[in-house]
Amino acid sequence: MLREITLGQYYPGTSILHRLDPRVKLTGTLVFIVSLFAFSSVSSYLAATAALIVMIVISEVPPGFMLRGLRTIFLLMLITALFNMFLTPGDPIVKVWKLQITREGVEMAIHMAFRLSYLIIGSSIMTLTTTPNQLTDGLETGLHWMNRIHVPVHEIAMMMSIALRFIPILMEETNRIMSAQISRGADFESGGPIRKAKSLIPLLIPLFVSAFRRANDLALAMEARGYHGGDGRTKMKPLIYKKRDRVAYLIIAGYAIVMFLMWKYGKIKLPFLP
Amino acid sequence: MDRDKIIEGSGLSYHYTIYDDEGKPAAEQAALDGVDLHVEKGQFIAILGHNGSGKSTLARHLNALLTPDEGTLYVNGYDTRDAQYLLKIRQSAGMVFQNPDNQIIGSVVEEDVGFGPENMGLPTKMIWERVEKALKAVGMWKRRGDSPARLSGGQKQRVAIAGVIAMRPRCIVLDEPTAMLDPGGRKEVLQTIRELNEKEKITIILITHYMEEVTSADQVFVMDHGKIVMSGSPRQIFSKVEELQSYRMDVPQATLLAWKLKQRGLNLPDGILSVEELVDALNQL
Repeated sequence: MLREITLGQYYPGTSILHRLDPRVKLTGTLVFIVSLFAFSSVSSYLAATAALIVMIVISEVPPGFMLRGLRTIFLLMLITALFNMFLTPGDPIVKVWKLQITREGVEMAIHMAFRLSYLIIGSSIMTLTTTPNQLTDGLETGLHWMNRIHVPVHEIAMMMSIALRFIPILMEETNRIMSAQISRGADFESGGPIRKAKSLIPLLIPLFVSAFRRANDLALAMEARGYHGGDGRTKMKPLIYKKRDRVAYLIIAGYAIVMFLMWKYGKIKLPFLP
Repeated sequence: MDRDKIIEGSGLSYHYTIYDDEGKPAAEQAALDGVDLHVEKGQFIAILGHNGSGKSTLARHLNALLTPDEGTLYVNGYDTRDAQYLLKIRQSAGMVFQNPDNQIIGSVVEEDVGFGPENMGLPTKMIWERVEKALKAVGMWKRRGDSPARLSGGQKQRVAIAGVIAMRPRCIVLDEPTAMLDPGGRKEVLQTIRELNEKEKITIILITHYMEEVTSADQVFVMDHGKIVMSGSPRQIFSKVEELQSYRMDVPQATLLAWKLKQRGLNLPDGILSVEELVDALNQL
C-alpha cells in the first residue's frame, strides 16, 4: 500500500529546458500562470497553446507524463465547469425547469477548463525538468530579497531540502515498522475506512517518535559542522546565469507581450455559440 | 597554555536534569564528574566505557555542543564556554556520530561533504578542492554523484568522515562510529581513521565500547560513572583484566584467554592484544 508512493516527478534528461537555471523556469511558470488569468480570451489561449506545445516538444519529455497530472484534477474541473455553466447569470440558451445554462456560463466554463488544465500542464513542465534540489536552490536564490521583509528564505529552503533528503529514509522506516507490526499480528488491510485509519496508529506513533529522534540527531550533526543559519554561508553550487538563461528571459517577456496583444486585439469568438 | 596540546580539560563536570511527569526538575544526574583530559596533537586516543558511562557527553563537550558546568575546556586553545569561538572550535574539532543516516545532510554525496565548508563561508572553488581531497582521502571520490541512500553503512560513515575532513580540523572526535555497522563496515571505518591519523597527522579521539578497536591507539582512557577510571597504553590497560571487567567492559577474547592461561600458571606476558601475539607468545614457551 505505502510502498508505491514515489516522490517528485522529475524526468531525467539533458534537454535545454533541463539545463536552464531553475530561477528562469520558476519565473517562466509564474508568468505563464499569471498570463492565463490576466489575459483570458480565446485568441490568447491559442497563443498559450502554441507556447505549451513548443515547450513540451523541446523538453523531450513524453507528452503522456505531462497529461498525467490532468487526470487527478479531472473531477475538480468537471465540477467547476458545471457550476459555472448553471450558476452564471446572463442570456439563457437552454432552460429546464428552474435550471438554466447561460451563454456567459458556457464561456466561463470553457475559460476555466483551459486555465486549470494549462496551469497543471505548465507547472508539470517545470517539475518534470527540474530536480527538487534545483527547485529549492532556485527558490532560495530567487526569493532572497524577501529576507528584507523578514521572511526566512534560507531556513525554509533548508527545511525543504532536508525533508526531501529524509523521505527515502522515513519510507524505509515505515516499511520496517509495518513488517514488525504485521509480524506481531497487526492488520493493515481489512475493515472499512475507519478501521483502516485506526489500524495506522501503531504505525504512525513509532514513526513519529523516530522522526523526532532523527531530527534531534540531525540538528546536532548540523551544528557540529558549523551550521549557523544562512548568514555568511557560501554555496558549493551557486546559481549563475548563462547566456541561454538571458535568452530564455527574453523569450518569456516576448510571450507575455504576445499574450497581451492577442487578448487586446484578438477578435476570435467561440464559433458554436449563438 | 601548552602549544602541543589540542585538548586541555580540567575538572570537567556536567549534570543532566531529570524531569518528572509534570515537567518539573526532579533530580540531577552527573554525566561528567571531575574529568581531566589532556590530548597531544597527532595522537590517536581511545575512550572506552559501557553505556551511560559519560563518554558521549564528554565527546559533545569537545565540539562545544555542550559546555561544562564546572571546570575548563580548551580546544586548540579556545575556551569552549566563549560563544565567539564556537565556529573556530567546531572547525578545529570535527565530530562524527553513531547513526550514519542521521548525520548526512546533503542529498548527493558531494553536497554533503561540502556542507561544512559552505558554513565556513569559503569561496566556491575552494569548497570543490576540499570536497575532492576529502572524498579521495576516504576513498569515496568515485561515488560523489550518488544519493547517500544507495551507500552501505560503512560507506555512509566514510562520507560523514569526509564531511568533517573537508573542514580541515586538527582533531576528529568519533562517537561510536561503528556501533551500527556490520563487521565489514567497521573494518572500513577503522582503516580510514587510522590512515588519517598516520598520513594527515590528524588527532583522533575514538569513543567506543568495542575494546578490539582500541588496540592501535596511543593512549586509552576508560570511563565509568562520569569519571576517568583508567588510563594508559592499550597494553597497560589490557593487562588489568579484572579491573576492566569490574567496569563492565568486554575484554577481547585473545586477551582474556592469555590472562586465564597466565592465572593457571603459564608464563605469558601481560596485556596481549591480538590473536597473533598470543600465538607468538605460546610458541615461545
